[in-house]
Amino acid sequence: MRENRAAAPAPVPCFETSGLTKVYGSGPTAVHALRGVDLVLPERELVVLLGASGSGKSTLLNILGGLDRATSGRLFFRGQELTYATPSELTEYRRRHVGFVFQFYNLMASLTARENVALVTEIAEQPLSPEEALAMVGLEHRLDHFPSQLSGGEQQRVAIARAIAKRPSVLLCDEPTGALDSATGIRVLEAIKNVNETMGATTLVITHNATVADMADRVIVFSDGRVREEHVNEARKDPKELSW
Amino acid sequence: MRLPLPTLISALDRKLLRDLWGMKGQALAIAFVIAGGVASAVVAQGMLQSLAETRRAYYERYRFAHVWAPVVRAPNSLLEDIRAIPGVQAAETRIRAPALFDMPGMEEPATGEIFSLPDFGEPAVNEIHLVRGRRPQPGRRDEAVVLESFANAHDLDIGDIVPATIHGGRENLTVVGVALSPEHVYAIAPGQLVPDDRLYGVLWMGRDALAQIADQDGAFNEAVVRLAYGASETAVIDALDALLDRYGTPGAYGRDEHISDRFVSSELEQLGTMGNVLPPIFLLVAAFLVNVVISRLIATERSEIGLMKAFGYTDRDVVVHYLKLVSVMGALGCVIGVGAGIWLGRSMASLYTEYYRFPFLVFQADSRVYVVVAAITALAVGGGAAFAVRRAARLEPATAMTPAPPPDYSKAIGTRITNLRVLDQQTRMILRQIVRFPARAAFTTVGVAVSGGLLIGTMFFLDAVEEMIDVYFDVANRHDVQVTFVEPRSRSAYFELLRAPGVLDGEPYRTVAARLRHGHLEERVGLTGLPLDARLSRMIDTAERPIVPPPGGLVLSRDLADKLRVEPGDVLRVEVTEGRRPVLDVPVAAVTTTYLGSGAHIRIEELNRLLREGPVVSGAFLTVDDAAAVALYRELKAAPAVASVALQTLARRNFTATMDRNLGTSIFIYTAFAALIAIGVVYNSVQISFAERARELASLRVLGFTRAEVSYILLGEIAFLTLLALPLGAALGSGLAWSLAQAMSSDLFRIPFVIEPATYGYAGVVVIVVTAASGLIVRRKLDRMDLVAVLKSRE
Repeated sequence: MRENRAAAPAPVPCFETSGLTKVYGSGPTAVHALRGVDLVLPERELVVLLGASGSGKSTLLNILGGLDRATSGRLFFRGQELTYATPSELTEYRRRHVGFVFQFYNLMASLTARENVALVTEIAEQPLSPEEALAMVGLEHRLDHFPSQLSGGEQQRVAIARAIAKRPSVLLCDEPTGALDSATGIRVLEAIKNVNETMGATTLVITHNATVADMADRVIVFSDGRVREEHVNEARKDPKELSW
Repeated sequence: MRLPLPTLISALDRKLLRDLWGMKGQALAIAFVIAGGVASAVVAQGMLQSLAETRRAYYERYRFAHVWAPVVRAPNSLLEDIRAIPGVQAAETRIRAPALFDMPGMEEPATGEIFSLPDFGEPAVNEIHLVRGRRPQPGRRDEAVVLESFANAHDLDIGDIVPATIHGGRENLTVVGVALSPEHVYAIAPGQLVPDDRLYGVLWMGRDALAQIADQDGAFNEAVVRLAYGASETAVIDALDALLDRYGTPGAYGRDEHISDRFVSSELEQLGTMGNVLPPIFLLVAAFLVNVVISRLIATERSEIGLMKAFGYTDRDVVVHYLKLVSVMGALGCVIGVGAGIWLGRSMASLYTEYYRFPFLVFQADSRVYVVVAAITALAVGGGAAFAVRRAARLEPATAMTPAPPPDYSKAIGTRITNLRVLDQQTRMILRQIVRFPARAAFTTVGVAVSGGLLIGTMFFLDAVEEMIDVYFDVANRHDVQVTFVEPRSRSAYFELLRAPGVLDGEPYRTVAARLRHGHLEERVGLTGLPLDARLSRMIDTAERPIVPPPGGLVLSRDLADKLRVEPGDVLRVEVTEGRRPVLDVPVAAVTTTYLGSGAHIRIEELNRLLREGPVVSGAFLTVDDAAAVALYRELKAAPAVASVALQTLARRNFTATMDRNLGTSIFIYTAFAALIAIGVVYNSVQISFAERARELASLRVLGFTRAEVSYILLGEIAFLTLLALPLGAALGSGLAWSLAQAMSSDLFRIPFVIEPATYGYAGVVVIVVTAASGLIVRRKLDRMDLVAVLKSRE
């Protein structure tokens, strides 16, 4: 499938950016988080963004996810320009297309695993059932547990289930393993890979852990607000083969 | 915002100031609740002191009498005997005559009284305060001093003429002075419910002049007495009664039966009650708010507290640090409250001067009031902070520096209800928050309910007064005019009145002054005889049923029966203190509770029979055709047999107008007080909810929830709790109203426990509007929330 698509004539990419910049503040205290980013991210790929903290990778992820706006440059999602979208259009975009996974899970403490997922399925158009989504991350036996009763890895997997339950077009993961030990982190990465493959959601994973790059279709290395390097992995490793 | 802070301040105190600045909205909300308590205490206590002190000084300076002893006619020489009574410090005799005033430009007759002033010098008792002009010159029967309220109502000035009918004769009196008197602080006609400055006048004339007009040459018809310090009022009254018995005294009485003073005393009692009710409510709410807010702050600053301790700060430093923080709020509340209290007190004092006429009424609270208020505030605020601060002091540094575990919702009691499948997840989050933190939810609910309850409990007075007025005028006293004859007259005089122009209906009455005795208990009353089928003026119980005096017995008002300790079936000794002064034994046939006034009623035929007189009447109640009223008034003003004419309907209209004028102020103050509590509670509750859930709310926004959907989670909880609070507030308000009605009822009036649906409605609307407004203020923060920043933080 992957190969077929690569051969197709000029497919519309999932994301396309040109000259994206982001400046926080102004004058002498201005921080240039992005200094002109040009990227083309094809559909269905699993992309890993590498870089030291402060390199601008999270800023890019937030702009792609409709959480933040670029200072200049243009952004297209499936050929549609998002550069000038209004806040409510961005909300609609996130609601329909984007699944987020964060370093600190961001679950609702007052809802069980099933209910946390249901939170999203209730406002989605053609969602998975919460039970299906949780089964995809291997948590079918922890449906009625509250976050306080789950381990960190389990909480992160609930967050992934919540992100994918709406069948998102893109899955954006910001340091999904950052707060986890290596073994747990690998289980979480497996879940992400599984989702990417079975659902076909274009997946971006931010990490400063270079090992994770081995599981990606495409690796983009950030430094000082710019793309320093971009390469496509000939062979992806399974997360099980990773270790750090 | 960065505050420029001088380096003199310690690092910890800088943190304190920045903390305060960071929570300025909440701190201010708490300060305002404290201010509400402080202001209400300052107003109530200060007004109480000002009024009491003003009254004391006024009475003292103008030698207000302690005892009044009316007689029919007694020789002037008796004054020496009165002065010689042990316990009498000063005594004065005078002439007091009822009068009708035919005021220029006013069709209705005004009634009132004329008092004599000594021809030379000041009266030893009951001096007047001349506002302008002078006293009448000796022997001038055309000169008079006028009570200021009457003068103002008629635009009377020095040199104007007041035509008066006194003792059946017409006199044209020239105004030579305008005065106030301690006897007429609350200027109300005897037997009237509401004051009417246009219809009730008081004049003073020279003694000789008035003696001639009132046929009291060489005599007096009232002695007024001031008691020596520590003297027994009862003993002096007994001595006066004994001395004046031969001269037809209906019995001497003290200040407790002086109508003006009774109104002032009743006002003081009400202020005292309000002063005991409002401040504690505010300070209790403030204490809870401080507790909630400081608990939250300490939870947020957990790791900082751990750090402080790790650096070597002691538990005491931590306690002092947070206590300083709350003392700033307390001090701010005190300052605002004292300022607002003084301002409110001043406006209240000027409102009082509309009803209570003192030569001066300055709002001034004793410094002790401020000290006590400050101490109580400190206690409330400190008490509120104590629990939370103690928890902070007990934190172990190592534990404190690790992040707090996420709140566990799995074990909350009542979680089961929130598992219902029909609920969407947002609603579930709202409900789980409530069951997880039930104490906070309960406090918020009770706080909002208290605010609504307070509004109902205060606004209820307006309903109560209206109800009293309605019952008094529409059910009990449905006549337009009450005519009182100079002397009791035969029934034909009554029939003559019925034939007067404009009179539609009438009803005679007979009233005699009497002393009711039961054992050693004794009360002076006007014993009123009414026809069996009384329609125009009747005794009405609190269920609005007319009381028909049963044959052969008296009906007593409940307060009178209680004072005499009698129940139906007991026999009272009735000593009639006028005419032939018979002494009778009459059984009590019924006891009834009335809103207004106290008294003893009997059938008129029965009273005539007991007095062994023919069908005699003291006057009549009349209903009048408006179109012909002018002609009737003209006739009454000219009738020598008429002593006074009371115009009920007009008095009511004027009183209602005055009430309505001041209604806005009252409603504004009550609403402001209630709103303070609601704002304090709701703003803090939503703010804390927001602070605790900012991360969750931001996450939801990121997940694609719209602002409206996320606002629902933030504000749904307060909306739900407010809905719960509404019925609770109605119940609390009813309870408060009931207890205030009990506490403030006096023998002057029983405050009915009546709350109009509109009052509940108004309170509900105020609570909902204030809740919504406070909630929306916090909601704006939701709009400004930096989603990215919130997600990056680890809480």
